[in-house]
Amino acid sequence: MSSIVSVQNLRKSYAGGFEALKSVNLEIEEGEILALLGPNGAGKTTLISTICGITVPTSGSITVGGHDTQTAFRAARNLIGLVPQEINLEPFETVFSTVSFSRGLFGKKRDDAYINKILNQLSLGDKKDSKVMMLSGGMKRRVLIAKALAHEPRVLFLDEPTAGVDVELRKDMWEIVAGLKASGVTIILTTHYIEEAEAIADRVGVINKGEILLVQDKAEMMAQMGKKQLKIELATATDDVPTALNAYELARSDDGLHLTYTYDTTSERTGITTLLNDLQKAGLQMKDIQTAQSSLEDIFVGLVKEPT
Amino acid sequence: MNFNAVLTIYIFEMRRFFRTITQSLISPVLSTSLYFVVFGTAIGSRMQEVEGTSYGAFIVPGLIMLTVMTQATSNASFGIYFPKFIGTIYELLSAPVSFLEIVMGYVGAAATKAMFIGIIILITSFFFVDISIAHPLAMIAFLTLTCVSFALLGFIIGIWAGNFEQLQLIPLLVITPLVFLGGSFYSITMLPPVWQTITLFNPVVYLISGFRWSFFGTADVAIGVSLMAITLFTGACLAFIWWIFKTGWRIRQ
Repeated sequence: MSSIVSVQNLRKSYAGGFEALKSVNLEIEEGEILALLGPNGAGKTTLISTICGITVPTSGSITVGGHDTQTAFRAARNLIGLVPQEINLEPFETVFSTVSFSRGLFGKKRDDAYINKILNQLSLGDKKDSKVMMLSGGMKRRVLIAKALAHEPRVLFLDEPTAGVDVELRKDMWEIVAGLKASGVTIILTTHYIEEAEAIADRVGVINKGEILLVQDKAEMMAQMGKKQLKIELATATDDVPTALNAYELARSDDGLHLTYTYDTTSERTGITTLLNDLQKAGLQMKDIQTAQSSLEDIFVGLVKEPT
Repeated sequence: MNFNAVLTIYIFEMRRFFRTITQSLISPVLSTSLYFVVFGTAIGSRMQEVEGTSYGAFIVPGLIMLTVMTQATSNASFGIYFPKFIGTIYELLSAPVSFLEIVMGYVGAAATKAMFIGIIILITSFFFVDISIAHPLAMIAFLTLTCVSFALLGFIIGIWAGNFEQLQLIPLLVITPLVFLGGSFYSITMLPPVWQTITLFNPVVYLISGFRWSFFGTADVAIGVSLMAITLFTGACLAFIWWIFKTGWRIRQ
């Protein structure tokens, strides 16, 4: 796979001296879904706005499909579709005309059949003659996506597509994104919902305070950084963890009925078998055991909160 | 050059004009008719001819200019301010369009609307007064230049304005007084000598005078000077817009 978007040493500081992006490097591979995860004010929107041409970079370079976004802005922007975070739409226009307007703005010839196809894909077919202001919030978000797709982009930026959206609509949005990926569009989405990144992304980038802390394959990241826990429920409460089990660093619950063992999934020996044997030797009777893997959320919180 | 984009913006703006046709067209026509009734008929009947023309006919060019200047300015300023206000400007900024193309689309549409209204007023005036046009080509040229230059000015105001109040500020505090005091309803030769001199600092005087010349063949200032004034004004607006384009002032951070 090759990079379709390449960001090199990108810096953005505002007039007041605030540094929104500090030397960001990012390679986005063609056909992938990359989730940029970060708290509010981390620089997610600034990064997207700079790639899309809304914000001028202070230094560094960006290429899209090999075209520099400054010197060859037309070629670069032709490849990009942007779905903004805020619902910014002309309220008095009809759905069809506002989507068709976007196509024209990108210099493409009017193509009603194509616009209708997109609207149908996004379940907006029966709303195409409705005025934008008559639509629900969820429908308006779909219109924004339709506008971004109107000129057949190869890269789609979704800036917090599910912020303030109910659970059902969020699932719909994920399906739409999966459908777009299947049609060959590269997707970059920002979110501060960890479950969103976990559900749909191929790779996850963590951004905080204008810096990209890490970009990694989602599964790899979770395997590498994920810790698993073994929870042991005892038949009878124990007042103290037997000293023979000290090496396992077990955590005892207040009621003395539960012991928790944390282990690394990547190490060769997890120590589970010996632990279970040792528990028996120590005379503790197990009632139930279960394992749990830490979620992306735990990893994320760990990364962002880490003191630097 | 992304002509498709220019055309898309132009058509989009024109569609808004036709969607609000009552507001866009009927109100200027109605207010102009009121001017004719009040100034032309009520006052004009008590006035002598001005420079060999009946007062009713004399005010026609001034009335057209008054409307065209305010319409071109307000249409262009609103046209670019509205996307800024509701946030749809993101699309213009992320599309493969240059600033020049954005200007062509918005200014072109605003100038067309103003021109359209100007012509409607001219047609309306035929119902009230007897009027003939001495230099039709010059009349069209003056009208077009005025529409375009004031639409450019409006575009600058729309980019500059941070809220609706500022959007109204310049048209209300600068353009309307200049137009009213620029000889729309009188010949500057009717003023005392001191005021005649002061009036010459009002750029609108040259535009109205030139436009009036194309109707009646007489003018307050020489036609060449009028032409130079409108060219200078257009040039100044273009230079300012070029500067905005270079610096991204108020639009691109």
